[in-house]
Amino acid sequence: MSVEANMAATAAKAPAVNTGKVKMSGNGVNVFYGEKQALFDVDLNIYENQVISLIGPSGCGKSTFLRCLNRMNDTIDVCKVTGNIMLDEQDIYDKNIDVVELRARVGMVFQKPNPFPKSIYENVAYGPRIHGMTRTKDELDELVTSSLRRAGLWEEVKDRLDQPGTGLSGGQQQRLCIARAIATQPEVLLMDEPCSALDPIATAIIEELIDELRANFTIVIVTHSMQQAARVSQKTAFFHLGKLIEEGPTDQIFTNPINKKTQDYITGRIG
Amino acid sequence: MATPDNEHIVTSYEDELTSLTRAISEMGGMVEVAITNATQALVRVDHELAKQTAQADKRVDNMQRLIDEQAVSMIARRQPMAGDLRHIVSAIHVANDLERIGDIAKNLSRRTLHIDSQRVSKQLYNGVRHMSDLSLQQVKRALDAFTARDSKIAIDVCRRDDEVDSLYISLFREFLTYMMEDPRNITDCTHLLFCAKNLERAGDHATNIAEAAYYLETGGNLYNDIESGKVSLG
Repeated sequence: MSVEANMAATAAKAPAVNTGKVKMSGNGVNVFYGEKQALFDVDLNIYENQVISLIGPSGCGKSTFLRCLNRMNDTIDVCKVTGNIMLDEQDIYDKNIDVVELRARVGMVFQKPNPFPKSIYENVAYGPRIHGMTRTKDELDELVTSSLRRAGLWEEVKDRLDQPGTGLSGGQQQRLCIARAIATQPEVLLMDEPCSALDPIATAIIEELIDELRANFTIVIVTHSMQQAARVSQKTAFFHLGKLIEEGPTDQIFTNPINKKTQDYITGRIG
Repeated sequence: MATPDNEHIVTSYEDELTSLTRAISEMGGMVEVAITNATQALVRVDHELAKQTAQADKRVDNMQRLIDEQAVSMIARRQPMAGDLRHIVSAIHVANDLERIGDIAKNLSRRTLHIDSQRVSKQLYNGVRHMSDLSLQQVKRALDAFTARDSKIAIDVCRRDDEVDSLYISLFREFLTYMMEDPRNITDCTHLLFCAKNLERAGDHATNIAEAAYYLETGGNLYNDIESGKVSLG
C-alpha cells in the first residue's frame, strides 16, 4: 500500500461523529442542588459505540451531567432534575423506571478505584449474582472470566481469584472496577475521571481498554486531562458554569474550536 | 473562529509564544534583506556584496534551527491545543519556507560570482530586478498575514502569485529571444534565467507562508477552501 493510501485509510478509520444511533440524549436538562442551579438547559446526544468526553473546569457541571445519566443524583436529597434524559426510547426519569435495573444498563466507574473488600472473583460476580444473570456456577465462572478478560486483567489475576481485590495495585484495582461494571453487561459505561489516580502506564492501559470497549459499549467519560479526552474520544463536549458551551468532533474541538470560551479553556487561558 | 486575545494563565507559555512570533519576524527580516542584497549584487555585478550575502545565509539557517528547537520543546512541555497548536505548527512551516527563500538568495549570490560584467542588455537585468521586487512584496505580505493573523491578506497573496508566474513566463520568452539573436548571450542569459526561476520559487514559498497564515487564523486549508468554493480568488 502506498504511503498516501495508508494515511487515507488511517483517516477513514476515524468514525463519523454525530452519526449512527443516538443511545442516550439529554433534552433541556436543568439540575438544582437546593436553591443553586448546577446545570442550565443542556441538550446533548450520546451516540452508540462512541466515546464522548465531557470536559470543563471544576464546578462546570460535567460530573453532575454524568451522574444524571444513571440517576446517581437521586442519592442527594436536595438535588432536583428537570428536562428529560432518554435511554433509547425511554425517559429514565419516568416514575415507572426501576432505578436498579437502569444502573445495570448504565454502569459506572469512579475516580478512585473502589473494589469491595472481597475476593477478586466476588468483586466481579457480585453484580451478575444480585441481578440473577446466571443460573449455574459454571455460567457465573464464565462471566467472571470473560469480564476480567475484557478489562485486560485476566492474565494478571487468574491464579489468585480468591485473594482480596483491595490487594491489587491502583491500576489493577481500576481495571477490576471496570470488569465489575461490565459484568452486568451494561449498554452504557459512565467513567468519572477513571485515570486521575493512576500512573502513566496504568493510564495508558485503561485508555487502550476504553478504545477496545467502545466496540460493545457506549462510553461517557469525564476527564480533566485534555490530552486524554483528545486521545480516547470521538466526540467532546465542553461545559462552563453549568452550560454546555460547545460539542463536536474531538479533532475539531482540540484543533479549531468554534467558541472562544472553549479555545480559552483548552489552551489554558481560563480556569 | 476563536482568537486567543486572553493571556495564558501560565505567563511563561505566553512569553514563549510571543518569542516564537518575534523569531519568525526577525527571520523574515533577514530573508528580505538577503533577497534585496542578492538582487542588488546581481544587477550591479557586485561580487563583494554577493559574497557577503551568501555568507549571511548561515544566520538564516541557524535561526530556523532555533525556531525548530523551540517549537519542539514547546510541543513536548506544553502539549499545545487549538490556536496555540496551530501557532506552533505554522511557525515551523513558515520558518522552513523562510529558510528556503534564504537559500534562493544564496543561489542568486553564487550565480552572480560567475558573471563578470553586464554583457547583455540592462533591460534583462531590470526584468530580474522586477521579478525580485514582486516576489519580495509577496514574502512581506505573507509575513504580515502571519504576524497579524489576517486571512484576507493571506488570500490576497495567493491571488497575486499568478502575477509572479506571468512575469517569469514573459522573462523566459525574452531571454530566449536574446539567446537566439546572439549565441554569445547564452551564458549570461542562462544565469539570469535561473535567477528568475529562483525568484519565482521564492514567490511560491510566499504563498506557502500565506497558507500557513490562513491555517493559523481559520484552522482550514486554503486550497481546499478555494476548491470547495468557501473562498474565492476572483
